[in-house]
Amino acid sequence: MSNSRGVDPTHRTFVSYIDKSREYYLARGYGNPYRWACFHEVPFVPLKPPLSQRVVTLITTAHEGVDAPSFRSAYSIPSEPAPTRLATDGLFWDRLATHTEDLDSFFPVHRLEEFVRDGRIGQLARRLHGVPTEYSQRKTIERDAPQVLRSCQEDGVEAALLVPL
Amino acid sequence: MCHQTVSLVARHLEAHGIATVILGSARDVVEHCGVARFVFTDFPLGNPCGKPYDVAMQRAIVGFALDLLESARAPRTTVQTPFVWTEDQAWRDNYMRIEPGGPSVSTS
Repeated sequence: MSNSRGVDPTHRTFVSYIDKSREYYLARGYGNPYRWACFHEVPFVPLKPPLSQRVVTLITTAHEGVDAPSFRSAYSIPSEPAPTRLATDGLFWDRLATHTEDLDSFFPVHRLEEFVRDGRIGQLARRLHGVPTEYSQRKTIERDAPQVLRSCQEDGVEAALLVPL
Repeated sequence: MCHQTVSLVARHLEAHGIATVILGSARDVVEHCGVARFVFTDFPLGNPCGKPYDVAMQRAIVGFALDLLESARAPRTTVQTPFVWTEDQAWRDNYMRIEPGGPSVSTS
């Protein structure tokens, strides 16, 4: 049975990618399901108000250039001028349903520039950042996250928007 | 997998004093990991900041994220945006669909 929007009320409304990927790879003969990161403790720091005086950066899983295999470490790009495109090859996103031709649909740098002009945000940080999507949680935690943190600290970043594909 | 990656990075930044918010479309992955703030848009993977070329929607979704940066008082705060991808919900089933003869949809 489905409602007016075609949603089956016997299932959760949003897609479970953990369930989908497990079943997909099990059907292909991979019987050792991926163990997704799961933590009970969650770090939290309040943003010191007001946002209109804070330095903000943007972090993506898209990569520079078009050659996905070369993208194996975190990188930084200037926020001024803003990039005009980033590559999404080799990443998991829904190629049947949509496309990534509009940068701001997954890396909203121009929308953030507008919010800076409007006075909603203090300023964009000097650099924006990319992190490689890794199956290895250890590589992200031990290699990439500390590198992004160091860059953010060097730039005086106080808040970050992170956008995965 | 991208959602897990940014969740891990966000946790690291948050633990070192930088406030974070994730804008994403894989709710289960982000909430399973556990992050400070999350703006969920129930779209196919690829456009978590709004439909391509829909500037008004993109501004609204980024605006939700900025609001959440300021308003969240505790970790694991999720806000769902009101946007609907299409009335036709077939995209939910089509991604990683398993056909009777085996998987048939390439995802990357």
